[in-house]
Amino acid sequence: MMRFLKTCIAIGALALTGALVATMSARAQLQIDVTQGVVEPMPIAVTDFLSSDNVGAEITGVIEANLRRSGLFAPISKSAFIERISNPDVAPRFNDWTVINAQALVTGRVTQEADGRLRAEYRLWDTFSGQQVVGEQYFANRQNWRRIAHIISDSIYQNLTGESGYFDTRIVYVDEQGPKNQRVKRLAIMDQDGANQRTLTDGSAIVLTPRFSPTRQEITYMSYEGGTPQVYLLQIETGQRELVGNFPGMTFAPRFSPDGQRIVMSLLREDGNSNIYMMDLRSRTTTRLTNSNAIDTSPTYSPDGTKVAFTSDRGGRPHIYVMGSDGSNPTRISFGDGSYSTPVWSPRGDLIAFTKQSAGQFQIGVMRIDGSGERILSTGHLQEGPTWAPNGRVIMFFREASGSAGPTLHSIDLTGRNEQRIATPNFGSDPAWSPLLE
Amino acid sequence: MRRIAAITRSPLIVAFVAGLALAGCASKQTPNNAADLGLSGGAGSGIAATPGSSQDFTVNVGDRIFFDTDSTVIRADAQQTLARQAQWLNQYGNYGITVEGHADERGTREYNLALSARRAAATRDYLASQGVAANRIRTISYGKERPVAVCDNISCWSQNRRAVTLLDGAGS
Repeated sequence: MMRFLKTCIAIGALALTGALVATMSARAQLQIDVTQGVVEPMPIAVTDFLSSDNVGAEITGVIEANLRRSGLFAPISKSAFIERISNPDVAPRFNDWTVINAQALVTGRVTQEADGRLRAEYRLWDTFSGQQVVGEQYFANRQNWRRIAHIISDSIYQNLTGESGYFDTRIVYVDEQGPKNQRVKRLAIMDQDGANQRTLTDGSAIVLTPRFSPTRQEITYMSYEGGTPQVYLLQIETGQRELVGNFPGMTFAPRFSPDGQRIVMSLLREDGNSNIYMMDLRSRTTTRLTNSNAIDTSPTYSPDGTKVAFTSDRGGRPHIYVMGSDGSNPTRISFGDGSYSTPVWSPRGDLIAFTKQSAGQFQIGVMRIDGSGERILSTGHLQEGPTWAPNGRVIMFFREASGSAGPTLHSIDLTGRNEQRIATPNFGSDPAWSPLLE
Repeated sequence: MRRIAAITRSPLIVAFVAGLALAGCASKQTPNNAADLGLSGGAGSGIAATPGSSQDFTVNVGDRIFFDTDSTVIRADAQQTLARQAQWLNQYGNYGITVEGHADERGTREYNLALSARRAAATRDYLASQGVAANRIRTISYGKERPVAVCDNISCWSQNRRAVTLLDGAGS
């Protein structure tokens, strides 16, 4: 993987310690509480980074789009700007920014190093206190300019919300083309903003339910390529694929453990019921976690690895259960009207996202890990497959409207207020969010 | 989950003459999904087809059964279809079969894979109870990934909740 060199830069006039103090005080004033839901996004001015070509403006365009899509920020139109930043190494005229109500200001410069790499310097300012919040610089190959924009977006998000960002991430999903009864499905991967699309499989076999490793650029998914549908591993960078385990029947619904060393999945028994198994990818040993005469599927680990939530119809209808990661003490946690399935544990550990079917509608919701505090974030004709951003603040899922030709990808934040369509070249389903890139 | 009730033999079975001799010439053109051609899944439509051919099986016997919502129970109408299938398969013992389990779109992807696997297994077990050797039957689950009817209402979803018996070498 490519590495980004990141260093802090202090503004000329300010001593380093002074800059740190300024950061602390600025944070106290300029902070978004993401847990309450933001009715009024923070107005922020993102000025075009100075550069000898258009790469500076391209980078700031991506940053603005990321911030706007988060729902937490409202980038101000450049036509309203009064000061034109000509030297990002000196403090801006803060009054010129406060008068247009820019609470935060982003300035920067992109230059080319002797070896051809881009050097991007950026500073985030608290305009009302007149302080630099943070200053950093990054080096990257020119073709990775979008990653520079995503990393700077994450830095802005983190410095203004106190939460880690999620912009320097990718989404793997199922690209769908063709008529519904003969649909061709391919694994595809893109940046979280929909850029850099590429397909990972050729469409000759149905592929479903890709999931990212929390620790590596690796995915697990289900494919019909071998005749019997089974779970595979795919190394994204090398394209290397392998079958997971050597099971006689269908294996499906895979997910990684938090350390990326194990996979939990369903295995179809001879009698037609599905049980949950864990496979250790190093020792290749398998452990059966459930043994019921019911459908047990959609297992998902807690981020500390001690528990597994799953879907079972052992009580009659599909509901969500939680058990120890050794299969001990399965306990039902969903009790609302309707059916509950595809639990997905938040990377923060505090919530479980799910798909609920109730009154002829499909809903994406979250509940606490004991099943309490259920909140529905989105309701529609057909929607399912939640996946968490690595900071646990945003969920992506797929939706098919009544009468529509195919599914599309959408994100929604935990307040349920900010829903965004994620554009894909064709129909898309089964999104899976990557961890932050390295 | 399995419920195997007593069956009623269908009066619609035609007497097959020279079927075995012709089975080797079974049409390779019969589509996977008879419904795509507007053929019903039911029996006795009386279309002339070479006895013992896959067309004969699809049209005169009925290659598919249907299920209630979120159910894997073999319904009474499905029991009749499966009884005909078993009688036909017992007569033309050279065919292996694949039973495909399918679900409608009103469920999540993974759950529907499990649900349609159970439908395929229930169908397999019913055929086996009617004398079709288990080693002739392979099952595969498609969840909601291969609907026959593309639509948006209850009557249409019911066509997708199905188990389809395919004669090996005659279909996909």
